[in-house]
Amino acid sequence: MRFLSRRRRSPGAKPLTLLFALFLMGAIYSVVSPAQQVAADTTKDAQIAQGKALFDVTCSSCHGLNAEGGSQGPSLIGVGAASVDFQMGTGRMPLAHPGAQAVRKPVTYTADEIAAIAAYVADLAPGPAIPDPEVYSGEGLTEEEIARGGELFRTNCSACHNFEGSGGALPGGKYAPTLKGVANRHIYSAIRIGPQQMPVFSKGALTDADVNEIIGYLNQLHAQPSQGGFDLGGIGPVSEGFWGWLVGMGSLVGVAIWLAKKGARAK
Amino acid sequence: MSGHDQVERVGVAPTPEFPIPDPGLEEHNPRWSDVDPAAGRRAYAQVVGMLAAVPILAITFVVIYFAVPRDMYVKLGPLHANAQHVGLGLTGGLGVLLIGLACIHWAKQIMGDEESIDYRHPARSSDADRAAVAAEFRKGVEQSGLSRRGLIGASLAGALGIVAVPAVVLLADMGVWPTKGKRAVTIETTIWAEGVRIVNDVDFKPIKAADMEIGQLVNGEPKSLKEFEGSLQATERAKAAIIVVRMDPQSIKIPDSRKDWQVSGILCYSKICTHVGCPISLWEQQTHHLLCPCHQSTFDLGESGIVVFGPAARSLPQLPITVDKDGYLVARQGFTVPVGPSYFERDSRHDFQKGDN
Repeated sequence: MRFLSRRRRSPGAKPLTLLFALFLMGAIYSVVSPAQQVAADTTKDAQIAQGKALFDVTCSSCHGLNAEGGSQGPSLIGVGAASVDFQMGTGRMPLAHPGAQAVRKPVTYTADEIAAIAAYVADLAPGPAIPDPEVYSGEGLTEEEIARGGELFRTNCSACHNFEGSGGALPGGKYAPTLKGVANRHIYSAIRIGPQQMPVFSKGALTDADVNEIIGYLNQLHAQPSQGGFDLGGIGPVSEGFWGWLVGMGSLVGVAIWLAKKGARAK
Repeated sequence: MSGHDQVERVGVAPTPEFPIPDPGLEEHNPRWSDVDPAAGRRAYAQVVGMLAAVPILAITFVVIYFAVPRDMYVKLGPLHANAQHVGLGLTGGLGVLLIGLACIHWAKQIMGDEESIDYRHPARSSDADRAAVAAEFRKGVEQSGLSRRGLIGASLAGALGIVAVPAVVLLADMGVWPTKGKRAVTIETTIWAEGVRIVNDVDFKPIKAADMEIGQLVNGEPKSLKEFEGSLQATERAKAAIIVVRMDPQSIKIPDSRKDWQVSGILCYSKICTHVGCPISLWEQQTHHLLCPCHQSTFDLGESGIVVFGPAARSLPQLPITVDKDGYLVARQGFTVPVGPSYFERDSRHDFQKGDN
């Protein structure tokens, strides 16, 4: 220490001390500061920026440059990431053409692009987030829970989506889509956000456990082999009656015509 | 003119009595199987062939019945079915079909097909026959003694008539007589009353007003339903079923008389269609229309449940609701009008009509 005290008045002591103090502060900061969060924030900002860029070219013509909505599309402020994930993840958005119904079609955007737009829309205002996978797994349910899921489904969903989830008609060219082949996550999101004409079912009325049971019921229902012959789409008496009238009555009429015909003659 | 003296009028000129000339029978043209021996043999072979296939099919049916395991399935495109059922149906059905086809083929190709006329006979019997039957009948009446001891006939008619009375009384008492007083305590009332909590159907969870989001639909029942059991519970459940919806209060019309029937846009309606009573919950959250799947009656829940389309004649009854001290939705009072389908004696003067305030 004498070495230090002897040189404390040297002209280089002050700048050196300052330098040392700065280095020390920097070293402490680099150890203590949340470096990872800085990195994450940068990625999130980048994702939101990417989402905004995609939004501008894909969505803004109807929903407005700031997602404020307009005559062609509703405002997206406050709809949350879950809405974007559902609408784009099922191919309903971007809309192919305006009409009574947003139709499910093949998804042309990558999961990353959809996540970016979802992040951008979620950043505008708080809204329902993309659900965690454990709330919609539909797995590990007891038979009793699946049966209860069926009861909840028939009470709350079957009025529009039909008793086996194959969808049904609504007024004015609209329809409730089939639930066959729909991802668990999208069923969960649709229940929570109420897309298009579908009502919302909030956690106050249907808890996450209830929804999981409904998903478990649907998965089991649709996994069961249908061994009853032609199911004709499973949409109930309309298709069955149509089949009966057209094919059944049609062939009877054909036989009656054949019976009454005189047939070929020799001259 | 009776059929006896029906004459053939082919080639006779039209008269005022028969203005249309009788075209007579079409000229008979022989079939191929009549003139060509090879064609005749072919038709014969076809009929016998079809009938000969039937025993083979019948035996196959029995073999399939015993040999094909019950849990074997066929998957052929859209056809997924039990293999045994498909096999039995195909062999049995085809067998019966072939018998029918063979008979028709036989009749059309081999049986004689010369057309002929068989004139209709008169329905009236000859006068001698009629007189004989009448004499026979009078003799029977004479022997029965009814003409001299007439009281037997009268008392028999009275006895038979009175036997109908117990039967009519029993049949009439098979159900409840729907008198005005009886209707008032059965079909015209529900268990909804002041302070009864609205609970979720199925799990009976009470509904907090704060949990209701705009656009939300809840299929509800009264909490007091738990106090009933068996068929009584089923009856009360059927009448008391409701739907609770929340709409943006700015986007709906609430008449002054129903200002305090709702909780900031949360409205409650009967779930039973006023047409023939189907349960309805096909609700479009954007148009606020509620559609009945049975006959497409459509009610506007944003305008006190008036009918906007379909055969229903009356608005959907609205249940006045409020919140209790814990924030849960409760009924403010029971339904003000009878819920459910229409019937002749129903007093429909108090139903909400478009334009009411």
